Amino acid sequence: MLDDKDRIFTNLYGYGDWGLKGAQARGAWDNTKGLLEKGKDWIIEEMKASGLRGRGGAGFPTGLKWSFMPKPDPARPSYLVVNADESEPGTCKDREIMRNDPHLLIEGCMIASFAMGAHACYIYLRGEYILERERLQAAVDQAYAANLVGKNNLNGWPFDVYVHHGAGAYICGEETALLESLEGKKGMPRLKPPFPANMGLYGCPTTVNNVESIAVAPTILRRGAAWFSSFGAKNNAGTKLFCVSGHVNTPCNVEEAMSLPFRELIDRHCGGIRGGWDNLLAVIPGGSSVPLVPAHEIADAAMDFDTLRNLKSGLGTAAVIVLDKSTDIVRAITRISYFYKHESCGQCTPCREGTGWMWRVLTRMCEGRAQKREIDMLLEVSTQIEGHTICALGDAAAWPVQGLIRHFRHEIEKRIDDYAANPHTETVLPLGMAAE
Amino acid sequence: MTKIVVDGKEVDVPAEYTLLQACEEAGAEIPRFCFHERLSIAGNCRMCLVELKGAPKPVASCAWAVKDCRPGPNGEPPTVVTKSPLVKKARNGVMEFLLINHPLDCPICDQGGECDLQDQAMAFGVDSSRYAENKRAVEDKYIGPLVRTSMNRCIHCTRCVRFTAEVAGTGDMGAIGRGEDMEITTYLETAMGSELQGNVADLCPVGALLPKPCAFKARPWELGKTESIDVMDALGSAIRVDVRGREVMRILPRVNEAVNEEWISDKTRQVVDGLKSQRLDRPYIRRDGRLTAATWGEAFAAIAAKVKGTAPARIGAIAGDLASVEDMFALKSLMTNLGVANIDCRQDGTKLHPSMGRASYIFNPTVAGIEQADAILIIGSNPRKESPVLNARILKRWRMGNLPVGLIGERVDLTYDYQYLGAGAETLAEIASGKGFAGVLAKAERPIVIVGQGALMRADGLSILAGAAKIARPNEGWNGLAILHTAASRVGALDLGFVPGQGGMDAWAMTRPGALDVLFNLGADEIDIAPGAFVIYQGTHGDRGAHRADVILPGAAYTEKSGIYVNTEGRVQFAERANFAPGEAREDWAILRALSDVVGAKLAFDSLPALRKALYAAHPHFARVDAIERGALTFASQNFALQPGAFTNAVQDFYLTNPIARASAVMAECSALAKGRLQQAAE
Repeated sequence: MLDDKDRIFTNLYGYGDWGLKGAQARGAWDNTKGLLEKGKDWIIEEMKASGLRGRGGAGFPTGLKWSFMPKPDPARPSYLVVNADESEPGTCKDREIMRNDPHLLIEGCMIASFAMGAHACYIYLRGEYILERERLQAAVDQAYAANLVGKNNLNGWPFDVYVHHGAGAYICGEETALLESLEGKKGMPRLKPPFPANMGLYGCPTTVNNVESIAVAPTILRRGAAWFSSFGAKNNAGTKLFCVSGHVNTPCNVEEAMSLPFRELIDRHCGGIRGGWDNLLAVIPGGSSVPLVPAHEIADAAMDFDTLRNLKSGLGTAAVIVLDKSTDIVRAITRISYFYKHESCGQCTPCREGTGWMWRVLTRMCEGRAQKREIDMLLEVSTQIEGHTICALGDAAAWPVQGLIRHFRHEIEKRIDDYAANPHTETVLPLGMAAE
Repeated sequence: MTKIVVDGKEVDVPAEYTLLQACEEAGAEIPRFCFHERLSIAGNCRMCLVELKGAPKPVASCAWAVKDCRPGPNGEPPTVVTKSPLVKKARNGVMEFLLINHPLDCPICDQGGECDLQDQAMAFGVDSSRYAENKRAVEDKYIGPLVRTSMNRCIHCTRCVRFTAEVAGTGDMGAIGRGEDMEITTYLETAMGSELQGNVADLCPVGALLPKPCAFKARPWELGKTESIDVMDALGSAIRVDVRGREVMRILPRVNEAVNEEWISDKTRQVVDGLKSQRLDRPYIRRDGRLTAATWGEAFAAIAAKVKGTAPARIGAIAGDLASVEDMFALKSLMTNLGVANIDCRQDGTKLHPSMGRASYIFNPTVAGIEQADAILIIGSNPRKESPVLNARILKRWRMGNLPVGLIGERVDLTYDYQYLGAGAETLAEIASGKGFAGVLAKAERPIVIVGQGALMRADGLSILAGAAKIARPNEGWNGLAILHTAASRVGALDLGFVPGQGGMDAWAMTRPGALDVLFNLGADEIDIAPGAFVIYQGTHGDRGAHRADVILPGAAYTEKSGIYVNTEGRVQFAERANFAPGEAREDWAILRALSDVVGAKLAFDSLPALRKALYAAHPHFARVDAIERGALTFASQNFALQPGAFTNAVQDFYLTNPIARASAVMAECSALAKGRLQQAAE
């Protein structure tokens, strides 16, 4: 278990003062100038050595990403863009950072911008995050007032930070769609290559990072890469915010060491599974887009990127959604499928057409109004989407369905058999419609 | 150049090529919907997926550059596979997705037979449907009188959106909604405002956008296709005339990189119904103040009686805007035989004259040359109305960046930003004396000075031309003086010397009261002829010229005869006959040949080849089809006397510039809409 002294987000629950004074008391903005004076290369090397992998879901090494930025060119300024469009169902870690520890993020922005030669940083905030925007903006204003950021600040690196409020589209959390949206266009993902590090915001070199990746950077640099990499298994270093929701006794956000066993995470922080461990049905370990993992596989698995990948799932954003045996698993996945259908941007064919198809078939399957051969068809449709789209939303829509069929085919077949034994004509309630 | 292996075949292509281009180079066919050579890359249809060795998933070949491919571990060239099971499966999958919500209405869809989706579904699709749900229904949108929508069929390739944004420059179309609810529309369902909007129907790979005027009229395989040249403006766009029986069903663009790329204006495309209404299909003679039908013999006899009793000095001839070179050559020869010096082709009063050299009246830098320009000055012209496709070329160059554009004349919307310099001759004089925009032009290596007929029609037209030539600073390598004509016949007529001979009157003088006794009007409908003279009108439509005529000789429209047209760049092009003239109407050169016999001034050719032989002998450059004869620029004097005053553009109503367009109901509707937009904008 992670000791309190090793926590980065010491005000995660908002018991302390979120403002500048409180943050400084907790160690933020401590000798930032000194960190900058050690130079870009030192910062990037330290980040690489820490083994920090991006906290937005894909898990790309952060230090490596920073090192991709080209040399500063006066004609093409570099930008740091912080992805605070946290919209993945189940994920709520960035929300707490921006609410309760916003200064860690702002300081991280400053350091990251310095490391990649950027003088401006945009924080793109999810449309629904109203309180968070107010809080973050207030924190930015405090930092300006204290001359910690700004054109001529105490830390010696001219730097501006802008908080930009999105309009509430899930797809704007995809880094290139985010850039499009930031430029004032419709939030539709761009084609890659060129990658943002070459042609990002306004055609200039840009790095897009998750809030958590940026917010942990100052502490890593202050306490050293070795400290950070001492947590977790090899290649899965560090501490991580877990957002546990669903059928546990006390759902919570908690910072823990990576590679913590699932059972320990639940028992220690969440009061155990509702109805005991025997009542566990499955877990979606990384936000709604990753395939679910059935109880017997997840119970003693380590919560990190590599272990979960070997379970054919993923750590994603570490938004752990726990499902107990009261869950109608087909219906649950159908609801997720509806979400992706609803949030598909419509740009490219497989995702635009395929997400709706999957949702409609699943809606029927919930009640058993389907043929068994359609299960394989559904699986095939999901693979026709996966990997054929511009961005990863197609994959995200396909994976939950694949996970369902992989582990709960028997459940779907049972529904179909039950329906065939007793066909009825009540209309199917379209899932998700009620939510609108 | 970079080496790349496509399906085992190594090709050497430029590094900036896309994989799609490289694959085509290697002879591998790649299906595509959203990709179009002349539009930006969207990469959204996903039909062009190929397998790139080393990439974790199939890549969209239209959007992946050869230079983005990594070489193999031992430095071998990147390998692309287009025929693997992976690629086949990807294509099948995408095709299935495209078809699940596409209606099965091919039997009633006009795109049938020339539909990309049909063709590619045959080649790359599967033969049955697994989709058991309801298909998506989308409401049809109104997007103007020229394009009919059937939005159920839309596959969201966004070609139309990119076209209006990038080529037309108006950005009329866009997509609203998200995911499967995404819909292509003009937002408020207003009509598109571009003069090139008809092209979106060509671009649409399915039957979602179709030309409205010819909806449900014909199937593509029923049509006879004739490659020809457009005469609606002086650009001479390459067109294909599709004919069923004697009827022109539609006009489509052909690719001609030098002139129109593959766009045509809406007037070019949709003037078709004008070819069928208001036609003169038999000769008429005015008896007791009324035009009455007559036979060819009666009409010729009436003309002969009049001409034979008239002195050559009291006879004149005006050639109109749509006449072919052959027609005008025959008319000029006839007038020469009659000893008439009063001939003119410049019914709008432009001061251009062949005596100043060919370079003084053509678009010297050429249309394709616009792409090399590094500064453009427009004088007294609105290229968007006078030649929309040429304007699209300027927009194309402007979008590449670093192109200052200045405008003297009416303040108009050109679809790109320009610096408004002033209204008239005063500004021109200022620039000619080296002030203002002259600085920009002086820095340019390849400046273009576009002079419109609006400026040249003025009394001081010659001075304006001289001023423009001075600003353009033509040199050995680059002549930036660009005359933008509005009449398809004009450059050919000037080449022929269809201007007043020794002591002859020009068009304006000929049409004054009492100037002439007999006036031969070859399709000149843009000029008022004063009462008095006996007017012989040879033309196609019952327009202004026919109303003033004493004898009407029905001629052939541009689709009904073979003829040479010379475009504004001085490019000689052949228009081919696609169908026959209606009723008793005949080809114009033949009418003139027959008439010459009756009036006792027999022309020396009996067939079109014989006429052309004589024409080529007199003017050899007409024989060099698709070539531009460079000419000299010989001003009598570089002194110019500019008169103050604002320039007025030659074309005020783009849709109604000639008798064919004025006979078209579609053009009338477009014109009314455009006027409404102007009024709305003024309010």
